[in-house]
Amino acid sequence: MGKGRGESLLVETGYSMQFSQILQYLLSGLSIGAIYALIGVGFSIIYNATGIINFAQGEFVMLGGMLTLFFLEMLKFPLWLAIPCAIAASTAAGILFERLAIRPLRRPTPINLVILTIGGSILIRGLAMLVWGKDTHAIPSFSGDEPISIGGATILPQHLWILGVTLLMVSVNKFYFNRTISGKAMRACAYNRRAASLVGIDVRRMVMLSFAISSAMGAVAGIIVAPLTMVAYDVGGMLGLKGFCAAIVGGMSSGIPTVMGGLILGVLESMGAGLISSGYKDAIAFIVLLLLLFLRPQGLFGKPESERV
Amino acid sequence: MRRRFVGMVSGLTVMLFCGSALAAGTIKIGGLFAVTGPASFLGDPGKKTFELLVKKANENGGINGMKLEAVIYDTGGDATKAVQLATKLIKDDKVSVILGPTTTGESMAVIPVAEREKIPMISCGAGVKITEPAKHCVFKTPANDHVAVEKILGYMAGKKQKTIALLTVTDGFGASGREQLKLLAKQKGFTILADEVYGPKDTDMTAQLTKIRSIKPDAIICWGTNPGPAVITRNVKQLGIKTPLYMSHGVASKEYIRLAGAAAAEGIILPTGKLAIYNFLSKSDPQAKLLKEYVQQYYEAYHEEASTFGGYAYDAFQLISNAIKTGGGTPEQIRTGIEHASKLVSVSGIFTMSPKDHNGLDLSAFEMVRITNGEWALAR
Repeated sequence: MGKGRGESLLVETGYSMQFSQILQYLLSGLSIGAIYALIGVGFSIIYNATGIINFAQGEFVMLGGMLTLFFLEMLKFPLWLAIPCAIAASTAAGILFERLAIRPLRRPTPINLVILTIGGSILIRGLAMLVWGKDTHAIPSFSGDEPISIGGATILPQHLWILGVTLLMVSVNKFYFNRTISGKAMRACAYNRRAASLVGIDVRRMVMLSFAISSAMGAVAGIIVAPLTMVAYDVGGMLGLKGFCAAIVGGMSSGIPTVMGGLILGVLESMGAGLISSGYKDAIAFIVLLLLLFLRPQGLFGKPESERV
Repeated sequence: MRRRFVGMVSGLTVMLFCGSALAAGTIKIGGLFAVTGPASFLGDPGKKTFELLVKKANENGGINGMKLEAVIYDTGGDATKAVQLATKLIKDDKVSVILGPTTTGESMAVIPVAEREKIPMISCGAGVKITEPAKHCVFKTPANDHVAVEKILGYMAGKKQKTIALLTVTDGFGASGREQLKLLAKQKGFTILADEVYGPKDTDMTAQLTKIRSIKPDAIICWGTNPGPAVITRNVKQLGIKTPLYMSHGVASKEYIRLAGAAAAEGIILPTGKLAIYNFLSKSDPQAKLLKEYVQQYYEAYHEEASTFGGYAYDAFQLISNAIKTGGGTPEQIRTGIEHASKLVSVSGIFTMSPKDHNGLDLSAFEMVRITNGEWALAR
């Protein structure tokens, strides 16, 4: 009965309402998708350099947010200082994780490494809970909370930050991997580790660097999303999983395909919740992932056996 | 003959003495709280409140001259552990009554034990199932969800709001609220235009709200615990939705206003227990004095703000001590005493139990409040 009235109202208000509604779903989806993309790129960078799926990736997202809060509230830093400090501290945590957990492993089989990263993620989450408690915390927006209206849909200034920073991060990444010596060295490791080490590339240094870059990217994602979604010790799990989906859709590429994967996932979720049913929102995203794994295991955009970086 | 009489008298005297010695003895009260684990935010204030009240009661000479002894165990929020510890309380510690457990899941698991051993228990869990249908030995202090739902719908009826959009969280709390909302809305002649849900960890609900906005209901009711409702509150502001937004009693804490931000939370209406607004109550309110004392005592003892969750343990203790005062200290006397509690003033409300109603709270347990300038204000 209720539904009937809702539909008739929709007809009355006509197409403009429909359009602004869909635009809203699209914008909401893109901004959430951008976060998935950043996390997904973090996954692929480590995967390409080491062959490890780093399931602790989500925890660095949490660390970014929680550390920003720590520098803001405990040490009373201004926001512009708290953010770089939080990124630096998360990066340090990423390097430490690689040094203390990944590198000492005697027999680094994939299964051992995967279990290790899962263990690491539980450890990091537990430590965060002990240090900062279980409460959810809010972080102030970078530039106000006044909504911006675009063709009947509204977004917040923070959404623009998210889209802008994601674009910046992806371009810097692209530049790094294509134009710099260490970026090229890392790509070489991805093609063939033994060959890379034979031509004098320090593979272990590259592995550490990949952890540093991806934890920094995770932290950035956590920081820019925190003013919208708030942060608690346990936000890493779900975000990490969605980021992983983005990377799978993108065929574990650390460039544009993973970014597209993240955006597609975000938009699908948002459209699914708005147009189909909010109860199946996550299911829709994960069904797409499953279908993709069955039909195109090399990723939505990849050719079989293509280059990965 | 005379000797016999003297014998009888002395015998009686001895018995009487024994009796009073028993009366002046101690009554053991078992406490089961989820002090650690995911429900610690519920269990920890409960345990602290219980310890505080037992200490105060003993300092004042106990109840009817009988000292109280608290035996407290931490269940970690685990139902299996709760059952083991309840059995231990009954068999080893020989307690007369159990205060707890903290959560609905644990309570449901412990109920068969309490029923079998005929030891009264007062659960601090909110689930309706705990006391509906009423069980012989089982009571609970948090008000049932449908009381909060009725309070909101009653308020909306006064404002001539007829059509509702629901936005509920997909966990136990949200599912129970959704069920009650749909049932009572139908009974009271409201129309539900949208029935949307969100996940407990979701971080963006603009999609659901955009859909709701296009349907144009008179009011939106959101049912969840932090942080979801805070995200929704911000999303509503972002989308420029002017429809009145109602929240459940699940977010009736300052934490919610802090998370959502005072600006976004402005004008949100919700039902809350009177503890949150104790300093706004009129002097004539029967709970005003007790609430103020509780807040002060709790702060003095722990330097923390007293919470509704600690209040549930307060209520349970009040019911137990009242039962001991009026009846006596055996499990059956305490059980009967709790069941006969009438107009007993406590933190969550004013309890009037009956054999059919083992919760004992009605609509007066809640007040409707509106958030104004980041503070609670009574909604009229």
